[in-house]
Amino acid sequence: MSPNAVPPAPEFALAVTGLGKQFTLHVQGGVVLPVLSGMNLEVAPGECVALNGPSGAGKSSLLRLVYGNYRAQKGSIRVRHRGQVVDVATATPQKILELRRHTLGYVSQFLRVIPRVPAIDVVAEPARAVGMSLAEAEHRAERLLSRLRIPERLWSLPPATFSGGEQQRINLARGFVVDFPVLLLDEPTAALDADNRRTVMALIAEAKGRGAALLGIFHDAEVREAVADRVIAMRPPAMAA
Amino acid sequence: MMAATPLLQVRGLTRRYGARIGCRDVSFDLWPGEVLGIVGESGSGKTTLLKCLSAQLEPDAGQVVYATRDEGPRDIFALSEPRRRLLMRTDWGIVHQHPVEGLRMGVSAGANVGERLMAVGARNYGRIRASALDWLGRVEIARDRIDDMPRTFSGGMLQRLQIARNLVSSPRLVFMDEPTGSLDVSVQARLLDLLHGLVADLGLSVVVVTHDLAVARLLAHRLMVMRAGSVVEEGLTDQVLDDPQHAYTQLLVASILHP
Amino acid sequence: MDGYNFAYLDEQTKRMIRRAILKAVAIPGYQVPFASREMPLPYGWGTGGIQVTAAIIGLADTLKVIDQGADDTTNAVSIRRFFARTTGVATTERTADATIIQTRHRIPERSLRADQIIVFQVPIPEPLRWLEPRETETRKMHALSEYGAMHVKLYEDVARHGRIATAYDYPVMVGGRYLMRPSPIPKFDNPKLDRSPALQLFGAGREKRIYAVPPHTEVYSLDFEDHPFEVQKWEQACALCGAGDSFLDEVIVDDRGGRIFVCSDSDHCGERRAAGHVGAQPDALGQPADKVAP
Repeated sequence: MSPNAVPPAPEFALAVTGLGKQFTLHVQGGVVLPVLSGMNLEVAPGECVALNGPSGAGKSSLLRLVYGNYRAQKGSIRVRHRGQVVDVATATPQKILELRRHTLGYVSQFLRVIPRVPAIDVVAEPARAVGMSLAEAEHRAERLLSRLRIPERLWSLPPATFSGGEQQRINLARGFVVDFPVLLLDEPTAALDADNRRTVMALIAEAKGRGAALLGIFHDAEVREAVADRVIAMRPPAMAA
Repeated sequence: MMAATPLLQVRGLTRRYGARIGCRDVSFDLWPGEVLGIVGESGSGKTTLLKCLSAQLEPDAGQVVYATRDEGPRDIFALSEPRRRLLMRTDWGIVHQHPVEGLRMGVSAGANVGERLMAVGARNYGRIRASALDWLGRVEIARDRIDDMPRTFSGGMLQRLQIARNLVSSPRLVFMDEPTGSLDVSVQARLLDLLHGLVADLGLSVVVVTHDLAVARLLAHRLMVMRAGSVVEEGLTDQVLDDPQHAYTQLLVASILHP
Repeated sequence: MDGYNFAYLDEQTKRMIRRAILKAVAIPGYQVPFASREMPLPYGWGTGGIQVTAAIIGLADTLKVIDQGADDTTNAVSIRRFFARTTGVATTERTADATIIQTRHRIPERSLRADQIIVFQVPIPEPLRWLEPRETETRKMHALSEYGAMHVKLYEDVARHGRIATAYDYPVMVGGRYLMRPSPIPKFDNPKLDRSPALQLFGAGREKRIYAVPPHTEVYSLDFEDHPFEVQKWEQACALCGAGDSFLDEVIVDDRGGRIFVCSDSDHCGERRAAGHVGAQPDALGQPADKVAP
């Protein structure tokens, strides 16, 4: 499944090859749920690829597999990381954490944070983790929070009490505070109003502009068409067979 | 986080209580700056394993090799007792579930924090007290409580005091046994946040035993799931919790409300 | 005294105690367990010290017994009488004349000589006991010289009182190796322990321990760099002999709050007065109270 609609990309940022995944539910008598099989895709630097398909097609699972959140059973998930290629499917936990710190960004639909940490610190944390100074990390965090229209009075509060849309934007800010070379977006605009949707589209465009490879799920067709260079159609594996 | 050698290399660690198994054939590496969570139900062998790792209990078989500062990797059970005890007082910390086990309840908060410094030869009262004040601040205990007795402290404060008492000697490796286990839920969050921050700021390596998967998710980079004394599954924390492979882990994850 | 061996204890018991003493001398500051015997007086009255004295005393000895520095208090009198009756040896109240001095809570002011032995009565021999209740653990701490935490107690003093307020039974390091309780002597006496020419023996009857500081052994009182060890000082001099450098007791002399300070070491005070030293109220204790008060 090599890209044919874009100019030749000599180097992939992310390459998924022959990826297979199924869940075995031991608690339910060993029921096996197929999720993905024989999945291939590549994302080049500066490219945004959208995953499309009905629910149950394995879109979110694919993002989680790439992020190392799910364990792959077959195939490889190669990520270009600091000049090397790392296969997430076989990497050690330490390597995956290093990858997540420097290379792989992930904006999920749900925010999971420590209860007492203020929003500004939640957003700045990934930047601190890559070694940015406190001042610079906070500056970047503030800029993103402003752009995503989080009122300044909320910055010092823990996001646990925020509305769904606010939490989503905190999550987005966290994902964009570091210039990750590979960014995974799981319905980043799901709970956002039109203004913030436009901000997210702008952020994605900027990320592409600096050469990031993006792989995302966008339910909103308008957003998808605006940001995606390619769309990969996915179908539930039972139908695919 | 990656260094040339692991801080701790554990191989084939086994401890029996008569015919009963405490823990069996446990092996893993712990890297500098890494937080390893050990989860499982009561009686799964977590605490026995932690006690063997931290030299509080002698294993029947296996090795615990620790990368000492001056002599490189050494099996802690092959070290002379004075060296091992010195290591435990300086390079290691042990945070007990119940703070009273880890604190001197008969002396002030400041003395509790300062003890490790004095134990390794600090003989300047002013500097010992300054360190104690600094550490009380870092664990969010008001500085004017420095001369108060621990018995006047709340459960959460006691646990934070115990943490300060351990961290004052700049240990590289800290063992924690259910650090939030004796606290109310509202107090747990604060302690977790504090621990999370300290571990990251100080680059500590931690082995934390907990039955609480939420605690494990917040603190641990990596998890080992224990059942009946054996490790049944291990891996990246969120991978183990979100995509558990072993039947027991799946049951464990399914048994809680919000992992 | 008929029916009793010389110095009350049988010879086998004395040998056993002497072996413990020899070991204690060989390992300065180390607490040697011994098979403490039941003595004809209650624990806390000096049963340890008496057994040590009984084991070392000979016909040629001259015994002095003091309690809080005085020869005439109940404890001192009864122990002195005990040995007078069971040995027949000479007793004295004069420090200079004694070859064995059994003491509770003081060291005489007069410097001891190489031909003298001082025997301390010890209630609790273990300096680490307050810190660690387990005997197995305190023995290990001694074995490994793990004494750093002992400073916790001094830290508490400074934190509470602004200085090291521990005034008696002040912990010391013996010969740079063993931490030791010097028994409840005032810390004023600690410097006298250091490099004393006399043999210093310590007996704890209830706790069944004997320890020793051999002659000329270094005895160091624990302290902080910024709070060094200091002994008590008094603004007053002894009202009787005028001594300005001895350990003073406060004595109430009437029922109207009148009080004076006098030497705790009654022999020292008497010696000085005999030599012509005179304090501010030389007759304060020798006369009825109504004549002392204005």
